[in-house]
Amino acid sequence: MSQTLSSSTLLVIALAPLVGAVAAGVLGTKFGGNVIGRRVSHSLTIFGVLLSFVLSVLTLQSVVSDGARFNESIYTWMVVGNLKMEIGFLVDGLTAMMMCVVTFVSLMVHIYTIGYMEEDDGYNRFFAYISLFTFSMLMLVMSNNMLQLFFGWEAVGLVSYLLIGFWFNKPSAIFANMKAFLVNRVGDFGFIIGIGLLAAYTGTLNYSEAFAKLGELEGVILPGTDWMLITVICIGLFVGAMGKSAQFPLHVWLPDSMEGPTPISALIHAATMVTAGIFMVARMSPLFELSDTALNFILIIGGITALFMGFLGIIQNDIKRIVAYSTLSQLGYMTVALGASAYSVAVFHLMTHAFFKALLFLAAGSVIMGVHHNQDIRWMGGLRKYMPITWLTCLVGSLALIGTPFFSGFYSKDSIIVATHASQLPAAGFAYFSVLAGVFITAFYSFRLYFLVFHGKERFDQNPDAHHGHGHGDHGHADKPHESPWVVTVPLIMLAIPSLLIGFFTIGPMLFGDFFKDAIFVNLELHMAMEMLAEEFHGPLQMAIHGLTSAPFWLALAGVVSAYYMYMVNPAMPAAIKRSAMPIYILLENKYYMDWFNENVLARATRGLGVALWKAGDQALIDGAVVNGSWRIVGWISGVVRKIQTGYLYDYALTMVLGIFVLMTYFVWLK
Amino acid sequence: MTLTLGHFLSLGAVLFALSVIGIFLNRKNLIVLLMAIELMLLAVNTNFVAFSYYLGDLNGQIFVFFILTVAAAEAAIGLAILVLLFRLKSNINVDELDSLKG
Repeated sequence: MSQTLSSSTLLVIALAPLVGAVAAGVLGTKFGGNVIGRRVSHSLTIFGVLLSFVLSVLTLQSVVSDGARFNESIYTWMVVGNLKMEIGFLVDGLTAMMMCVVTFVSLMVHIYTIGYMEEDDGYNRFFAYISLFTFSMLMLVMSNNMLQLFFGWEAVGLVSYLLIGFWFNKPSAIFANMKAFLVNRVGDFGFIIGIGLLAAYTGTLNYSEAFAKLGELEGVILPGTDWMLITVICIGLFVGAMGKSAQFPLHVWLPDSMEGPTPISALIHAATMVTAGIFMVARMSPLFELSDTALNFILIIGGITALFMGFLGIIQNDIKRIVAYSTLSQLGYMTVALGASAYSVAVFHLMTHAFFKALLFLAAGSVIMGVHHNQDIRWMGGLRKYMPITWLTCLVGSLALIGTPFFSGFYSKDSIIVATHASQLPAAGFAYFSVLAGVFITAFYSFRLYFLVFHGKERFDQNPDAHHGHGHGDHGHADKPHESPWVVTVPLIMLAIPSLLIGFFTIGPMLFGDFFKDAIFVNLELHMAMEMLAEEFHGPLQMAIHGLTSAPFWLALAGVVSAYYMYMVNPAMPAAIKRSAMPIYILLENKYYMDWFNENVLARATRGLGVALWKAGDQALIDGAVVNGSWRIVGWISGVVRKIQTGYLYDYALTMVLGIFVLMTYFVWLK
Repeated sequence: MTLTLGHFLSLGAVLFALSVIGIFLNRKNLIVLLMAIELMLLAVNTNFVAFSYYLGDLNGQIFVFFILTVAAAEAAIGLAILVLLFRLKSNINVDELDSLKG
């Protein structure tokens, strides 16, 4: 049975957070005269998100149990020729799942923020931003056309910019938010080319109408080149996804975005916004299925990101940066899954990752609060005793991240590895190696973090720059770390539950059932990864038991054991390795010189080009030739002409007489 | 020798030429310039009268009266301007009246 959902419910889901955001952002800040206080503004925004969450869950339920769908445009913004620009919603399994994930993580982060931002002056502003983010993200995932997708895409980018630079007095935060904004523009350039080409050739922005016309695009060549149109569109769209989902080489903004407050690192830069690219590619799966070139490209980019960003996590000492690099690496996994045509696996990993990565970030934030705003894991240690809830939830998150059987991360990650192995594309071999090696790396850096923070000797009182490190907040420095208040620990527990369980219960319907059947399209004749995955799947329990004997599990175990050995048993060893492999260490320390390259080559070249255009185009051509040139010519001509304006009466009289003479000669004799 | 139309027209032409030269060559006195203009009008009048007599048409001579009246008025206004100009500049030297110079 198939029933439709009510459009007003969907509108409420999208708009409730916006209302909260406007209320908190306008009335709760200096802008609107601080009419409402902290309690009112956090209650309002949390209520808005809670409403969205409850309605999203109801929507998901009716999508799952009744097969309800919604695909309508509810408002026409404008019509240009035959191109309609509309606002509308498309709700199917994919959207409903994303809505629940977004609103759930957002709700947890809202609650967590009450504790985390307690001492911050920008409290109301922060709530306004994260609610606005929730609205933007919902618009992005619920959209039924590419224009609205682009709106949401840019809106989440804007909120991300605002939140990275939330502490706008910090120069590093301003640098980071500008960097994030600029790098994302590079991606958006590709994205808009993709959307534009698609709209130009199909004449519509609506997903389902565009997909219906895909048959006409097959085999079309882009005029003036010998490129397949569909490949250009797919790669353009994927470049957009690379910017938003921080894929190599557009990943550089994500680690720097950790300058923002921790809750947004969890919400935006781990759980939801950065997965928008993955979501978009999954949504556009009918397109990507037509281009093997684009899929190979995706596999390679994903493989590079999954492996090489993991390496960087190993040498970081900032707790948030380690988690950030792990996010990059996990996004690489999702991208690999997309490239292997296992879109549902990518989205499945997106969901499980959203839970456990939000959990890890919030746990990291809780640790940061517990040790008085120190972020350097070298000056932590032994926190297990002081922060039991954070310790346990972080352990759950880490185990899920490394793919321990029965944890949610295991199901999604193992499926990705198997799907990549099954893929027939030429680039799949490299991607398979990357994701497999990535398992070891992930386990190693995750448990390096875990051991250094929660176990071992207590080093938090030895931090040389504890008292002049972080500028904000003054705790009066009771020396011992302390467990965070309930508003922080409750979200941790709430996120730990799905991190533990959700994979087990949802892998069947999401990957092998018909949950995504009308949202994701896979050309099974060409891309058989999903089919082979399904053949090997005999229920979640068997999968987990089988997982205990498979290579990824042993690799992960090896990672944990080596982390334990190096940081618990023999702490001198990392330093020894560092000394013996100094060149590699330096390479990693400088993040493969990507930032150096961007700043010194790309930024400098762009600035050089800008200066050249400014000098040659602006100053010489426009200012010099056109503007100053025209007055010079006019001045020169009038300088000549003024010579005949002598001012003497007799000269004027002579001119008149001569004029009459000439005219008369003309009329009398010549005519 | 009889006076023909040609003689009168020649006289008119000579007078006209004199007045034009008076305007061009006079670099000193503005009053001379006004006088040259009067002379120019008189040259035209001479032509009118000559043609009127020659053609036996009185209209030409009537027109001469109009011109004389207008010339008188014009001379009055011109002299009035001249007086004002002298008060302003203390000087009616044509060569120094070049405020219109571009």
